[in-house]
Amino acid sequence: MAKISIKRLNLYYDNFHALKDISLDVESSEILAVIGPSNSGKSSLLRAMNRLYEIDLGRITGDIRLDNETIFKLPINVLRRRIGIIFATPVVLPGSIRKNISYGPRLHRKLSKSDVDELVERALKSANLWDEVKERLAESASFLSGGQQQRLCIARTLAMRPEVIMMDEPCSGLDPISTAKIEATMLELKEEYTFILVTNNTKQAARVSDRTAFFYLGELIEIGSTQRLFTSPVDRRTDDYIRGKFG
Amino acid sequence: MTFRIGPRTSQIIAYVALLTMTAIMVIVLFFIIFYILRNGLGQLTLEFLTDKTREMGKEGGILPSIMGTLFITIVATVIATPLGVGSAVYLVEYTRGGPIRRIISFGADCLAGVPSIIFGLFGFIFFVISMNLGWSILSGGLTLAVMILPTIIRTSEEAIKSVPHTYREISYSLGGGKLDTILRVVLPTAMPGILTGVILGIGRAVGETAAVIFTAGSSLGLPTSIFSSTRTLAVHFYILAREGISMPKAYGTAAVLIIIILAINFIAYRLMHRFIARYY
Repeated sequence: MAKISIKRLNLYYDNFHALKDISLDVESSEILAVIGPSNSGKSSLLRAMNRLYEIDLGRITGDIRLDNETIFKLPINVLRRRIGIIFATPVVLPGSIRKNISYGPRLHRKLSKSDVDELVERALKSANLWDEVKERLAESASFLSGGQQQRLCIARTLAMRPEVIMMDEPCSGLDPISTAKIEATMLELKEEYTFILVTNNTKQAARVSDRTAFFYLGELIEIGSTQRLFTSPVDRRTDDYIRGKFG
Repeated sequence: MTFRIGPRTSQIIAYVALLTMTAIMVIVLFFIIFYILRNGLGQLTLEFLTDKTREMGKEGGILPSIMGTLFITIVATVIATPLGVGSAVYLVEYTRGGPIRRIISFGADCLAGVPSIIFGLFGFIFFVISMNLGWSILSGGLTLAVMILPTIIRTSEEAIKSVPHTYREISYSLGGGKLDTILRVVLPTAMPGILTGVILGIGRAVGETAAVIFTAGSSLGLPTSIFSSTRTLAVHFYILAREGISMPKAYGTAAVLIIIILAINFIAYRLMHRFIARYY
């Protein structure tokens, strides 16, 4: 059974048809890369899956199932705990590193000081940031570098113990070393989580993902194993995109 | 041939002009403070600060007025802060920038420009007479609360508006509800701006004369409850000077008032810096 199953999904913002009749499955413990030029609906897909489109007053038809249960009947806080998201620009909340990481878990349950200590350490270790910040957990998170901030955002999401982690171009503003660290983190964590990686960087998709989906103007053009999609794409538009003819 | 000023010269002229304007501003400010303090500091003895007022202010100290000012300001701040911050949160977070928000913001701006004596008259008719609260700390405090409310609403509104939208998105994406997001992310982030508004309000309340003379009266007794009539420092100064009771005592009162306002501002800046250092 698929971890996430999307059936005939349409998403509209006012008159803009952002996602057109999308159906796809995401399996447990896989990394699914979503590629496509801008305006192709990649980010809209992520915003549909944790119902973040609701704050932008989007409208949806079709269904999204998480473990065969429709997400539209789940309490919103439960859904967003189970499906975490990392945005393109790392946004650290005002306050210390520790506070950033405990923010999410604290919304859902009461935590003692030692619970928080443990949770912060575990999340930072998983995000490969522990060694760099363990001495200054009480300091403001805004002094971290861009790459560190993005890994802090990953740790913040991991602290929620999500089942699915969606990443929206997580490395778009980062240098190659930071990018490599984040990719390494994803590969390490992939057994425990399901990843959906939206990326503009086709090389990154090729490096880390098991399967790749190509979106174009709100439509799912093609989905398949990453190796197959990059070596012998079926659709001409996919071929053009991965050869860099547009996008 | 036309005469042209070279880029270097125009830079210098602009620099000198702007420097002069700043200098004038600073000199005027310091002159006022210096003048008041020079005339008033001589009066500042422990006795002046802690003694009851005698013979209409010709003798004795200003303890009743210090207490009156303090209590009225506390009443005004305690009432206006939650109302103002609450309204600002509602306007920014719940109205989605529609016409309601524009109308209320416009109303608050107009209210902020209303002369304080009009508030005094309103307070007199509404709180003192209609609600039968009499000349009292409560009437004065309520009137000042109404008066400083627009300042607190507008500064809080701006502060809340300037909290990046992405912070809210992060909070929602971590499963936070609207209220969690407002209480744990938006308000702490906007706190320095909100505090600035509250402190501006307090500053206005402490120095206010016209609005309280109508509503709190000018009694010289030590206040015993919020229903006591009292005379604030500003009113006391006004009466001492206007009725020629005692110029030295008037300057002494003015000096105390100025020192209090300077102290409030100083503490506010310290608080704000400490807050910013902790959060950013």
